[in-house]
Amino acid sequence: MKSNSSNGFISSIKNAVASQRFIAILALVAIYIFFAVSSESFRSTDTLVSIFDASYYIGFLAIGVTFVIITGGIDLSIGTVMMCAAIIGGVLFQMGLPIWLVLIAIIAIGGLFGLFNGILIAKFKLPPFIATLGTMMIAQGLGSIISNVQSVTFPLRGSDAGYYVNLFRLPNNFPVGIFVLIGFALLAALVLNKTKIGRYIFAIGSNREATRLSGVNVNRWETVAYIISGLFAGIAGIAYAATYTTILPGEGAGFELDAIAGVVIGGTSLSGGIGSILGTVIGVFIMSVLKVGLPYIDLQPHYQLFITGIVLIIAVYFDVRRRNKL
Amino acid sequence: MNHDTILEMKEIDKSFGVVKALKKANLILNRGEVHALMGENGAGKSTLVKVLTGIHHRDAGNIQYEGQPVAFKNPKESQDAGISVVHQELNLMNHLTVAQNVFIGRESTKARIFTDDHYINRKTAELFKLFNMDIDPTVKVGKLSVGKQQMVEIIKAVSMEAKVVIFDEPTASLTETEIEELFKIIDKLKSNNIAIVYISHRMDEIFKITDKITIMRDGEYVGQVETRETTKDELINMMVGRVVYEDPKLEPNVDQDAEVVLSVRNLSNKDVKNVSFDLRKGEILGFSGLMGAGRTEVARLIFGADAMDSGEIHINGEKVIISTPKDAADRGIGYLSEDRKQFGIVTGMSVADNVVQPSLDKYVKNMMIKDDRIHEISEKYIDDLNIKTSSTKQLLRNLSGGNQQKVVIAKWLEHNSDILIFDEPTRGIDVGAKSEIYSLMNRLVETGKSIIMISSELTEILRMSDRIIVMCEGRKVKELSIDEATQEKILHYATAREGGDMLEKQQ
Repeated sequence: MKSNSSNGFISSIKNAVASQRFIAILALVAIYIFFAVSSESFRSTDTLVSIFDASYYIGFLAIGVTFVIITGGIDLSIGTVMMCAAIIGGVLFQMGLPIWLVLIAIIAIGGLFGLFNGILIAKFKLPPFIATLGTMMIAQGLGSIISNVQSVTFPLRGSDAGYYVNLFRLPNNFPVGIFVLIGFALLAALVLNKTKIGRYIFAIGSNREATRLSGVNVNRWETVAYIISGLFAGIAGIAYAATYTTILPGEGAGFELDAIAGVVIGGTSLSGGIGSILGTVIGVFIMSVLKVGLPYIDLQPHYQLFITGIVLIIAVYFDVRRRNKL
Repeated sequence: MNHDTILEMKEIDKSFGVVKALKKANLILNRGEVHALMGENGAGKSTLVKVLTGIHHRDAGNIQYEGQPVAFKNPKESQDAGISVVHQELNLMNHLTVAQNVFIGRESTKARIFTDDHYINRKTAELFKLFNMDIDPTVKVGKLSVGKQQMVEIIKAVSMEAKVVIFDEPTASLTETEIEELFKIIDKLKSNNIAIVYISHRMDEIFKITDKITIMRDGEYVGQVETRETTKDELINMMVGRVVYEDPKLEPNVDQDAEVVLSVRNLSNKDVKNVSFDLRKGEILGFSGLMGAGRTEVARLIFGADAMDSGEIHINGEKVIISTPKDAADRGIGYLSEDRKQFGIVTGMSVADNVVQPSLDKYVKNMMIKDDRIHEISEKYIDDLNIKTSSTKQLLRNLSGGNQQKVVIAKWLEHNSDILIFDEPTRGIDVGAKSEIYSLMNRLVETGKSIIMISSELTEILRMSDRIIVMCEGRKVKELSIDEATQEKILHYATAREGGDMLEKQQ
């Protein structure tokens, strides 16, 4: 028994080293060091804060959509759902709702969109790509309809209701949001690895029919995955509002692809059954470091897209090669 | 012990659209008995099981379970009532561990929230120990051999404290030793007064372990017999309405010095160790061995599906380099995979499109596909090979397993393949169609084709082969001519752990 567990320990280390997560962490560190060596001004706390700022809302989106992707599905609606939830929240605030209730409402709206996706996909058997593409358009349209195509503004720091901004940055500029992100990431990882929800999400992505035949209510748990994705889109909406204050109707499309790219760079398989929250967070940070860092070595922001694309392809290539070896 | 009736299914009807899958089907099962359910593919055995477990819902008929009328709405309800099924297709989650698979849907939780993997690992280990199996509960199922996966599936069904356990063709992917283990498990269940339904095509197994047999044909109940009082021929008669004999071949049909069409020397990669052999014109060369002996891997090397580390392949005396399946196909080698659905056919395409798939170039003129000629040639194969299909446009998924296999044969004939590799040619094919495939293979070698046949069924090996190569753990252990081969000899070499040379010296 003893030798067994030590073998297990060694092999789990071996597995960890071979895993995409480990490669992703190395890549993140390497990219950060590269920028830090290339540019003195990159090595400032301000830069670090910008990296964190750029990670919040994409990070929440990515954590949520990781659940859906592990089931073998996809959620394209998260970008516009996040904006729609934030806009409706802004309208509610202008109508006089207290900010704490607005924040809860934003998360709930995200969850409702997730429930809608889940019902379309699990109960009515629409392909996830199409169902969430439809929801993506609905959410974008709904945001504009409710705000009457006006932008909405969230309370600034210093105003009565502005205290919620402290969730992401303290008055002395301390980026407390990183702890919020990590906190939610830990919570998500716990749910994914240590609860029935997570077990069934992995099982569905691995073999949906087998899971159903084992007596698991797969429709329910698949729906739960989409609800989680929606709830995190709501949280992302709050992070966006806190960071950028003003929300324009009609935005949000495209954010979902950034989030999905982060998930994939982090080693979650689009065919389902494999994935981790840690990987997703690392994947998102790789993209943020590139985004913030490239201007420091005199590459304009549009290079970010170009290079992120290459990183994405390399990441998936490694993943495919590793899997074929097994 | 109490051997009263636990389950009674009476006059069950079930239609899918216009197809009547079950017509007044019956099954009466007692506690503590092993009850075989037999019939050709499409006879309705699996459908009957699915009606019982709530995967399908019956159109008419009654089900009494433990004296109560029941109608399970879904697999969970029947499972909760004590009916568990080992399905024909593997129903496992490859990315989860063995223990997680065994306890899926019945997770143990700490504080009602967190899953307790230590607990299920321990419980699973206890189960494996109880049944003398050596499988690590914490390993991912995808890393196990197919046979081991099947054992996990069986343990999962057994662990549910079931009163009825249904085995749907459980031995298709098991080795001889694993089958022995399975039989021990079944004995143990039986002695605990559990009722067992055993679906299988394999006569020897049926006679070895079952007490009663219910026979079905075309969705109908044909009869129930006591295993002790029946014979193989009677059963086959009841199943197909005609007698099919499975006599072994007595002597090779090919001369020792017939022309060598394929010569393989020192073939090696990670699964294959230094394999050499010759295939003669007009010969059926049987490859026997246990699961994982490396037979399919040899075929995949010859067909260019996997890369070889070393070795040479000669076709008609000429050394060839085969690095992709296209190279092999161009050299006249055709491969009929053991896993037809995944590698052999495109189920969503028509008979005609499948037949011309590798040779489509022949039917393209001015960049346009000549569909009329494709249909003409497909008609010819439908006649020649007696493929039962409504038309050349019928989708392959609507054909029976035997007819799908014939389409694969047609495909390689159309590509002018002279060397055909049949990997488990009759797996999942019913008794009637089986003998048709056999006579087709005999016709092919008579017309000068040469066949490598990989098979796990010893009766099939002995009936079809002119010469037999026995493999074990990636090595060729022994070559036997058909006139010296017996089941016992083949099994002896197939289980030789130390490789051929040492065995030879001992004798």
